[in-house]
Amino acid sequence: MSLLLVLGGALLCAAGGVPGLFLRRVETGRRLAVAGSVSGSLLGLAGAALAAATGTVATIHRAWPIPGAAFHVSLDALSALFLAPLFLVSGVAAVSGARSFGDEEHPDDAPRTRLFFGLATAAIALVLLARNLVLFLASWEVMALSAFFLVTSDRSSREARDAGRLYIFATHVSTLVLFAFFALFRSLSGSTELVTLPAGVAGSDAGTALFVLALLGFGLKAGLLPLHVWLPPAHAAAPAHVSALMSGVLIKTGIYGIVRFTSLVPDPPASWGDGLLLLGAASAVLGVAFALGQHDLKRLLAWHSVENIGIIVLGLGVGLGARAAGRPEWALLGFAGGLFHVVNHGLFKPLLFLGAGEAAHVAGTRDMDRMGGLGKLLPKTALLFAAGAVAISGLPPLNGFASEWLVYLGLFDRARATGTDALRAAFGVPALALTGALALACFVKAHGAVFLGNARAEARQLHGQPASHGEPAAHVGPMALLAVACALLGLLPATVAPALERAVAIAAPGLAASRPLAELASLRTVGVAALTVVLLLGAVALFLRRRLAAETMAGPTWDCGYARPTARMQYTASSFARGPVGWFGWALRPRLKGAPVAKLFPTAAQFESHVLDTVLDRAVVPVFRAGAWLARQGRVLQHGRMQLYLLYVVATLVALLFQV
Amino acid sequence: MIDTLVHLALVLALPPLLTGVIAKTKAAFAGRNGPPLLQGYWDLAKLLRKGSVLPAGSTWVFLAGPVAGVAAPLLASLLLPFGGHEAPLSFAGDMILFAYLFALARFFTASAALDTGSAFEGMGAAREVAFSALAEPALFFGFVALARISGSLSLSGMLGSGPGWVTAGAPLVLVAASWAVVLLAENCRIPFDDPNTHLELTMIHEVMVLDHGGPALGLVLYGASVKLFVLSALFLRVVFPFNATDPNLDWLAFVAGILLVAIGIGVVESVMARLKLVKVPQLLVGACLLSAFGMLLLAR
Repeated sequence: MSLLLVLGGALLCAAGGVPGLFLRRVETGRRLAVAGSVSGSLLGLAGAALAAATGTVATIHRAWPIPGAAFHVSLDALSALFLAPLFLVSGVAAVSGARSFGDEEHPDDAPRTRLFFGLATAAIALVLLARNLVLFLASWEVMALSAFFLVTSDRSSREARDAGRLYIFATHVSTLVLFAFFALFRSLSGSTELVTLPAGVAGSDAGTALFVLALLGFGLKAGLLPLHVWLPPAHAAAPAHVSALMSGVLIKTGIYGIVRFTSLVPDPPASWGDGLLLLGAASAVLGVAFALGQHDLKRLLAWHSVENIGIIVLGLGVGLGARAAGRPEWALLGFAGGLFHVVNHGLFKPLLFLGAGEAAHVAGTRDMDRMGGLGKLLPKTALLFAAGAVAISGLPPLNGFASEWLVYLGLFDRARATGTDALRAAFGVPALALTGALALACFVKAHGAVFLGNARAEARQLHGQPASHGEPAAHVGPMALLAVACALLGLLPATVAPALERAVAIAAPGLAASRPLAELASLRTVGVAALTVVLLLGAVALFLRRRLAAETMAGPTWDCGYARPTARMQYTASSFARGPVGWFGWALRPRLKGAPVAKLFPTAAQFESHVLDTVLDRAVVPVFRAGAWLARQGRVLQHGRMQLYLLYVVATLVALLFQV
Repeated sequence: MIDTLVHLALVLALPPLLTGVIAKTKAAFAGRNGPPLLQGYWDLAKLLRKGSVLPAGSTWVFLAGPVAGVAAPLLASLLLPFGGHEAPLSFAGDMILFAYLFALARFFTASAALDTGSAFEGMGAAREVAFSALAEPALFFGFVALARISGSLSLSGMLGSGPGWVTAGAPLVLVAASWAVVLLAENCRIPFDDPNTHLELTMIHEVMVLDHGGPALGLVLYGASVKLFVLSALFLRVVFPFNATDPNLDWLAFVAGILLVAIGIGVVESVMARLKLVKVPQLLVGACLLSAFGMLLLAR
C-alpha cells in the first residue's frame, strides 16, 4: 500500500509537466503541472509517512528484459525518511516556482522547467526505492540529467549555462565512479540486487576500494568537501525553487547512497567511521568558512549545504564507528542524529532558498552588499527567513537544534569512553561547536544585510518594482508551510523518534539496541525545553510590550554626531564577515583588488574582495587544463586523411596478430 | 521544591548586585568611592519607568534582541547547579542546550544591532559573533574534558565531581583557566571589551545596544547581568566543586563564591588594559588550546 502510494505519487509528479509541452494554452499547462506535483506529493507523503510510522517493508519485484536488470523496488523506514522531505519540498517548491519562474518572464523555459522538476522528483524517489543495481543507476542518471536541465532553466543566462556545464561534468564523473562501484559490488556480492555483502569483504583491499569508490561517487552528489565544486555555482544560478529541491533533497541522495551501502556491509572496519568523522568535520568547518566569504546570497546558502552535509556525515561517522566497536547506543545516537538532520536540513534550506529567491527578485541583485531593508517591503518573507536562519544555525526552539543535539550527544557519548579512538571522536565536538557559532555569524549577516537596516543607496533602483510589490499567497504559503514544519519538529522532536529508530535499525543492522532512543536521548525533554524557550520569550516580550505601551516615539538612529549619514554607511555583509574570513585566509584565499586607505586625506579609491572556490581554482581547473593539453598532443593522429586511418587499422590488426 | 525556589530567587534577584560589586572593586583600586552597591537596581527601576525612542525604520527584530537577551540566560540558569544543589532541570546533553541558549540570545542581540542600520552597531555585532565563535570551541573542549573526568553527560553530573580535583587536577586547572577567559570574553569585560568606554569605534557589546533606551535598555542591562551571573556560577562550580554537609551552608558558600568571582573580575579589570582588537582572537585561540590540552591530558 505505502509503496504503491509512493510510486503513484512519483508518477503523478513526472506526468504533470507533460501536457504543458503540447497545450496551446500555457495557463492550463501550468495548472496541470502544479496539480500533478501537489497531488503526487500528497500521495507520496502519505506513503512515506505510512512506511515510517509502521515500519513495514513493501517490495515489488518484476522482471525486466535487460541483462542484470529487474524492476525491484522496496520501501522501508530508511527510504521513507528520505522520501518524506522529498515530497514535501517538491510539492511546496512546485507551487512557489510556478509563480516565481513563471510564463510571463520565461515563456520558453517555464513549461520545460516544470516538466523536468516533476521528472527530477520522480527520479529521486526511484533512486531511494531501487534495490536493483541497474535500476538504481538508470534512475540516478535520469535524476542527474533532469537536474542539469533544471540548473540551466534560464537558457538566456550565461552564468546558468556555465554552472550547468560544470554540474554535468561533475555528475557524470559521479556516475562513472558509481559504475565502477557497482561492478565491484556485483563481483563481490555475486548479485545484481542490493544484497548484504559476505562477511570479511570489508576488511580486504577490495572492500577498501569499494568504500573509497562509494565516497567518491556519492560524495560528489552530496557535495562533501572537497568534491563540492559543482554545488555553489549550480545552486546560485538555478531558479530559487530548483535550488530548494536540489539543496533540500537531491544532494541527500548522496547521503542515502552512503548509508544504504554501509548498511549492506556486515562488518565495517573502524577506519571507515573515522574517515567519515574527518571528512564531515572538514566539510562542516570549511563549508561555513567559505559561506561567510560570499557576497552572493544564494551562493552563501549553497555553501551552507556543504556545511550541513558535513554535520550529517559527522553523525554517520559516529554511527559507523559504533558498528565497528559493537556499541549500539552510539550507533543509535549517531545515525539518528545524522538522519534527523537530513530531514531538518530538507525543511529549512528550501525555506531559506525560497526567501532568498524572492529577496533577490525584488532587489534585482543577489549581491548582499547592495541589498538591505527588504524587511519593510517583504515583512512576511523576512519573518519566515529569520525562522529559517534560526533553524539552520541550530538554535533552540527550532528543529535544527534537535538534530544537532543528537549528533553532539553521540560525539560526547563516544568521547567519554576510554581509548584513543574516543579521543579522536572528541575533536568532533569542538569542530561542531565552531561550525555552529560560525553558522550563526553567517546567518546574522545574511538575514541582517538583506532584510534589516535600510536600503543601501544602490538598492534604490528596486528593479522597477513598486514598494507595494506585495507578497502573494503562492509565495508566502509554501514558506510558511516549511516554517511550521520546522517549528513542529523543534517543539515535538519526540514524535519522529520511533521513525528514526526504525531507520537506524536498517542503517546499522546486527546491533540490537540495548535501550530505546528515548532513554538514551530524551528528545521529549528537548521538546519541553524548546516550548519553555517559546513561553519565556513570549512572557518577556509581553512584559516589554506593556512597558512600551505609553510614550514611544521614533527617532533617527544614533550616528555618533555625524551630520550627514547615508544608508551606504551601514556595515556591509563583506565587512561583517571580514574577521573570520581573515582567520580562514589560508583556505579561502580571498582575492583582493585595490589598496586599503594608507595615507591621510585619501583620494577616491576602490577596493574589491572575492572569495572563490579554492578547490575548483587550485586543483580541479589546473588538472583539467593539463588533461586538455595532453589531449591536444594527441591531435597529430587525427588529421582527417582516410588512407592513414586505414593504415592505423591495418597496423592494429597486424599488431594483434603478433600478439596472439 | 524549596531548592528550586531559592535557585529562581537567586538568579532573578542577585545579578544586578554583581555589576555593583565589580564597580566597587574598581573604584577601590582607583581610590574613589564609586557608585553605590545597589546602583544596578536603581538603574533598572529608573529605566523601566521611562518612555522610549525607537530608531526610525526599525522592525520587531530591534526589540527581539533585549527579549532574547533576558529569556535565554534565565532559562540556561535552570540547567546549572548552583553550589551543591541540583539544577532544577537536568538531562543527558543539557550542556549543549546551555551553550546554544546563549547563542540564541546572541543571534537576536546582533540582529537587533543590524536592524538599526547604524555603521557602529553593525561593527559591534560583527565583533560579537566572530569572537564568540572562537570562545565556543573553548567551552566545548572543556565540556568534553569534564565529561571524561566525571563520566556524566549533564551539567549537574559534570560539575558535581569534587574528587575530580584529586584524580584529574591538571586538566581541571587548564579547563578553569580557559573558561576564565571565556567568562571575560562572553561578558565583554576587560581585556576584551571595556564596558565603560566612551568611543563607539572600540566597543563590542555596548555599541550593539547604542540605540536601545528606556525599558528595552533596562532589559539589555538586566540580561547582561544575568549572563554574567550564570557564567560566573559555571566557572565557580568548576573551581570549587565541593559540597557542605548543611544545605543552607551550601547556598551561603555559593553566594559568597559568586561575589568573590565578581571581585576577581573587578581586580582583573583594574590591573589590566584592554587588548588591541586584533589581539583578541589570539587570546581566544589560546583559551581553546588550553582546554584542548586539558582534554588531551585525559587520554587513557
